[in-house]
Amino acid sequence: MSFLTIENLNAEVGPAPILRDVSLSVAAGEVRGLVGESGAGKSMIGKAVLGTLPSAIEISSGRIVLEGEDLQAMRPRDRRRVIGAKAALIPQDPLTALNPSRRVGPQITDRLVDILGWTRHDAQTRALELLDEVQIPEPERVMRAYPHELSGGMRQRILIASAFAAEPKLIIADEPTTALDVTVQKQILKLIKQMQARHGTALLFVTHDLGVVSKICQSLTVLYGGKVLEDTRIGDFFARPAHPYSAALLAATPKYTDPAASLTPVPEAVIDGVRAEIEAFDRMHGHV
Amino acid sequence: MSDTPIYDIENLHLSFPDMAHKPLLGPAPRIEILKGISLTIPRGDVVGIVGGSGSGKSTLGRAMIRLLEPDSGSIRFEGQDITHLGEDALRPLRRRFQMIFQDPMSSLNPRRTVGAIIAGPLRLQGFDRVSQRVDQALDHVGLPRAFRKRYPHELSGGQRQRVGIARAIATEPDFILADEIVSGLDVSSQAQVLNLLEQLVRELGLTLAFISHDLSVIRRLCRHTLVLHLGEVVEYRETAALFEAPQAAYTRELLDAIPLPDLKQVWA
Amino acid sequence: MADGRSQVKRRAGARLWLSATWLGLLVLGAVFAPLIAPQDPLAQDLFGARLPPFWEAGADAAFPLGSDSLGRDVLSRIIHGARIALGVALIAGTLTCLIGSGLGLIAGYFRGWPDMVISRLVDIWMAFPPVLFAILLIAVLGTGLSSIIIAIVVIDWTRFARVIRAEAMSQGAMDYVASAQVAGRKRFSILLAEILPNVLPTIVVLLTLEMGIAVIVEAILSFVNLSISTDQPTWGSMIAEGRLSIHQAWWVLVFPLVTLFLTVLSFSQLGEGLKDHFDPVLR
Repeated sequence: MSFLTIENLNAEVGPAPILRDVSLSVAAGEVRGLVGESGAGKSMIGKAVLGTLPSAIEISSGRIVLEGEDLQAMRPRDRRRVIGAKAALIPQDPLTALNPSRRVGPQITDRLVDILGWTRHDAQTRALELLDEVQIPEPERVMRAYPHELSGGMRQRILIASAFAAEPKLIIADEPTTALDVTVQKQILKLIKQMQARHGTALLFVTHDLGVVSKICQSLTVLYGGKVLEDTRIGDFFARPAHPYSAALLAATPKYTDPAASLTPVPEAVIDGVRAEIEAFDRMHGHV
Repeated sequence: MSDTPIYDIENLHLSFPDMAHKPLLGPAPRIEILKGISLTIPRGDVVGIVGGSGSGKSTLGRAMIRLLEPDSGSIRFEGQDITHLGEDALRPLRRRFQMIFQDPMSSLNPRRTVGAIIAGPLRLQGFDRVSQRVDQALDHVGLPRAFRKRYPHELSGGQRQRVGIARAIATEPDFILADEIVSGLDVSSQAQVLNLLEQLVRELGLTLAFISHDLSVIRRLCRHTLVLHLGEVVEYRETAALFEAPQAAYTRELLDAIPLPDLKQVWA
Repeated sequence: MADGRSQVKRRAGARLWLSATWLGLLVLGAVFAPLIAPQDPLAQDLFGARLPPFWEAGADAAFPLGSDSLGRDVLSRIIHGARIALGVALIAGTLTCLIGSGLGLIAGYFRGWPDMVISRLVDIWMAFPPVLFAILLIAVLGTGLSSIIIAIVVIDWTRFARVIRAEAMSQGAMDYVASAQVAGRKRFSILLAEILPNVLPTIVVLLTLEMGIAVIVEAILSFVNLSISTDQPTWGSMIAEGRLSIHQAWWVLVFPLVTLFLTVLSFSQLGEGLKDHFDPVLR
């Protein structure tokens, strides 16, 4: 069953399209990667689902369906409630995502108490369980700590725990390891994968790093200029990328195991081809 | 002259005051960032400096070009001791060691045109034919000369980083420090900037220290690799040998943690 | 291909032009006051007292905004009052800005002991209640235009020093400052050539705000009769007088008040508008 389905989503800033007919779906227990270079609109899709798009960006058409409920058809209040109960975010920067002047514990339990109406005591117990599950030593002590007393990796573990706290159907991870060292990144990726599998959550993993994609995703959506270029299984992508841009992206990613292979920047011709595709799309939809 | 290494660094220590734990009265305790680092960089070498956050790699780089003053130990640049030189004594040397910064947006003054940015160090160092040299530098990094009139925010990330490179090579330095210069770029511009750097090293005979957390990039570019961990040298060897058979446990851990774009790599 | 970011632009035009027009009119009025003002602002005429503004019954066309309880023309007094208001705004604003920004830049960029000294000074300064400080200063210096200006400068330089220090500090941490140092630029020249241009938009905003504040402070001091001699028309003294006859002649109070309000508002909007206009990133 598909926990998240996006159908023909279009979004604009003023007259300029940001998302162009984006469609994708994430099934229960599936990890879908969302890759693209900066400005490709990959974070925008996550924000559109969570209802946190900047006010200048407007969704003009399309559907976002979260476990059978069409978010676009709802009143804003109901939408927020549904999103709050069914979806969660693992953010990019573990430093700014936690309020520096509050202890960690309440920042995990707030959501359970405020949105799901749990008692403080139940929420507390659940938070301790979760911290234990994300392998944080001495969870009681960490609950009382302030964010600055913890390392970057620890903070990201807390954010992961907090994302899984309310047993959401869908988690959106927006470049969750970009700010971390490679050794910590490895641990965090393994943790996210493990948690996701155990809880059967649908995970939409936004990243620009194809190396990371290969470690965690089962399926992949490649974006450029807010348009889906390729939607594929991970094995197919690495064996025979269908779109020339995907192939070029793969060729431009350095591999330390193969230093002799020359690094090919994405060729101009490929970029031009993709732009032509987008312009053709815009002409068809009346944005010129 | 050619036997003298560009850099000869011995037992370098550097610390910062820890303001978070400053007592009410008296000096703040110091956090030691570099704990006795020694290395030699011969002329014409390309050295990769790698390590996690808090390893001291950027601090070491900034001490080498004396944006920071070490506590103790010594830094010799072409035989001359520059460890504690004052800003006035350093100024004539500045032409000879340049730096390319991580974030091209913050390292290019947003209120200057590209032309003025590249001309800045040339003017300050008293070069003649500044305008021609700016054009040459732009040619070298593959940017059109018309870019002189543009402002940094009008350029893409990759183009900005080329401007940073053009500024660094314009004074024909002997040594360039590149601090995480591709980590903020998309893979396609990253590949372009790396290829450009390789080409410049070949053509201009630069000596380059390349700081990065990305071992894949280092392996491509650098002849030697220095692995730092918590302010100490873990390993400093020829790159090929280091990658073939890492000696230190930390190097191995670092290598294992790199996510390769390859489904065959399985993480233990 | 269109990138959405270029579309998100702030419209600075309208407020910049509206506020600049109003202030421009005021400046013209102040400079050519003797030529423009329909009446002598000091001429009293007890028979023509409390004439209503032109659209009401019993108005006199020679007194378009009416007259006060001594028969003096309100419009002429407002125009002449602009001389004092703008003079104070310009001189006090600029002096405050120069002193405060200068100290702020030095403290924020050089850090160390200059910062220690300047910051402590600011802390101590700001512990004084400003209104009391002003009244005390005027009491010592005596009333008069120069006293008002000195009072404003002495009290308000801390506003600039604090904000500009913080701004210089954050700009000083940027890599372009390090790169200027790598290029061999001298410290003081880095401050002027690299940091100042990037702090300038903030300085402009603060300066125009300060000019508005100077206008208000002058009005307040006139209101409590601590400004200049009573035979010079000022907006503050007009408001003070108008307050007494609010039930008989509302226009004596309302017109200077509206002028004051529009002027202060224009100053702050001018600052915001200029900042957007001259920012190369937003332009």
